[in-house]
Amino acid sequence: MGISTKKPVFNLRPGTKIRGKWHQNTYQIVKVLGSGAIGTVYLALYNQRSVALKISHQPSAITTEVNVLKAFEKAQGKRLGPSLIDVDDWVPKQADSYSFYVMEYLKGQSLNSFIQQKGDDWLGIMMIQLLGDLHQLHQIGWVFGDLKPENLIVTHSPSRLRWIDVGGTTKQGRAIKEYTEFYDRGYWELGSRKADPAYDLFAVAMVMIQVYYPDRFDKGHQPYQTLMNKIKANQQLRSYRTCLEKALRGQYSSSAQMQKELAQKIAEKRKQPIPRSQPSAATSKQKSYTSVQQKSSPPKWLESLGIATVTGVLYVFYLLLQVISTF
Amino acid sequence: MKKGTIKQILLITDGCSNQGEDPASISSIAYQQGISVNVIGVLEDDDSEQPEGLEEVEDISSAGGGVSRIVYAQALSQTVQMVTKQAMTQTLQGVVNQELQQILGDEKSMEDLPPEKRGEVMEVVEDLGETSDLEVLILVDTSASMSPKLATVKESLEDLSLSLNARTGKNRFAIYSFPGKKQPVNEIMPWTNKLQNISSVFPKLTSGGITPTGPALKEAIHHFQSTPKLEGWSSENGDIYEETGF
Repeated sequence: MGISTKKPVFNLRPGTKIRGKWHQNTYQIVKVLGSGAIGTVYLALYNQRSVALKISHQPSAITTEVNVLKAFEKAQGKRLGPSLIDVDDWVPKQADSYSFYVMEYLKGQSLNSFIQQKGDDWLGIMMIQLLGDLHQLHQIGWVFGDLKPENLIVTHSPSRLRWIDVGGTTKQGRAIKEYTEFYDRGYWELGSRKADPAYDLFAVAMVMIQVYYPDRFDKGHQPYQTLMNKIKANQQLRSYRTCLEKALRGQYSSSAQMQKELAQKIAEKRKQPIPRSQPSAATSKQKSYTSVQQKSSPPKWLESLGIATVTGVLYVFYLLLQVISTF
Repeated sequence: MKKGTIKQILLITDGCSNQGEDPASISSIAYQQGISVNVIGVLEDDDSEQPEGLEEVEDISSAGGGVSRIVYAQALSQTVQMVTKQAMTQTLQGVVNQELQQILGDEKSMEDLPPEKRGEVMEVVEDLGETSDLEVLILVDTSASMSPKLATVKESLEDLSLSLNARTGKNRFAIYSFPGKKQPVNEIMPWTNKLQNISSVFPKLTSGGITPTGPALKEAIHHFQSTPKLEGWSSENGDIYEETGF
């Protein structure tokens, strides 16, 4: 974002102690985790425990985000966002007041670096997880809004995609609160900025695309055509093509529907070897659907991908079973 | 709470005013008339972060009860919609704070409430932001130095319309440019619900080096249809949030 005449982001030195005006809890700043238009998120210590603390000059923005986190807590089932620990004001000097909230600190790595490390197959798995969480969110009447890799994190053992910033979360039927151009269907001229489940699904497709185009790209004169060309030009994305296409065009009415079709794509992908310079037709024909057989006689192309992939494959089947059983 | 209309002027400029009245004083008059004034200062690509000349940007917006930002042209789209929405929230919060004062007594605003109680108040502000009607008069500086940026300005305004039309409340937009040939401002687009295909009406040619921001703002105030005819510049009890009968 641009330069503001008022400084929305400020620097708190490591070691600074923040004592809340209302609840009197003390947090010790460790380092900056990230900053955005509304405020800055710090890693902080509270009773020897690591927490994430978001602080801002705008009490209204903090209140809005806290409202969202509270709504998440009311949701049934697994936790959607980071859990909320405290909300308070910090008044270091008179007439100098900040609002902040404290949440669970999620430690992990970015989606892109995780995929790079673990292999392309994990993208599908992570997206299946994401779509499952989005389905829950949509069912309680919300839309994530500002869905982008910067707002996601992969936590470990087990590898799980989590949301770390809920600032864009908007009630369905309202105008999207916060968005980022590259992930916004309005920018790509493919729909409105009214919050509906399809808005998030568009962003899911864009998150997948950016994994293979991390520098992003311009929309050009024909935005949809630009996207299609980028998908066709990449082997990994090509294998999800119809699924991505439907998400970009807003043809999925629910997250669960996209999740199911994506799971099918992943299964198909497993059956077809990634073409090599010398494709071995024989192995590809014998490719079996069951994980047991694949494990006992792994085809050549799979060998080269290593054990991590095998684990991935098993996990995909596990997820597939889960998904299929829900329908 | 009643549904009402929020009135804003959005000034997009890249330089310092150099002719006519002081824009900040006109801006405070607009605020008294119930119109908040937001300003976006557009930087040259090779500008440093805080060039001289754009300093008055914050003066104008703070006098006008609005929001200001200084950005490079690439960031214009996101900034235009952020500034507009933030100014709406600011206005509505002012209204809600007034109501709170009536309930809770003097000197009470949302910040005086404990954090647990702010949530509900903020929900009211958000509801109003979603449902209120909004009138935005966009005032674009088309002096010579702005001309390479006008394509971006045009795009960002179409984008603004897309963002605001996702709301439940009604929107009305008008676009004026300054300086005009003989009068302080030129009408580019009269009041309309949607800004689409505005490229055809956007001026291709621009005028010389004068930037009469003050006179242009003064003229802009008169172009709000719902603003009652003014009997001079002394009205003091203008209400920033005009309530309509519902």
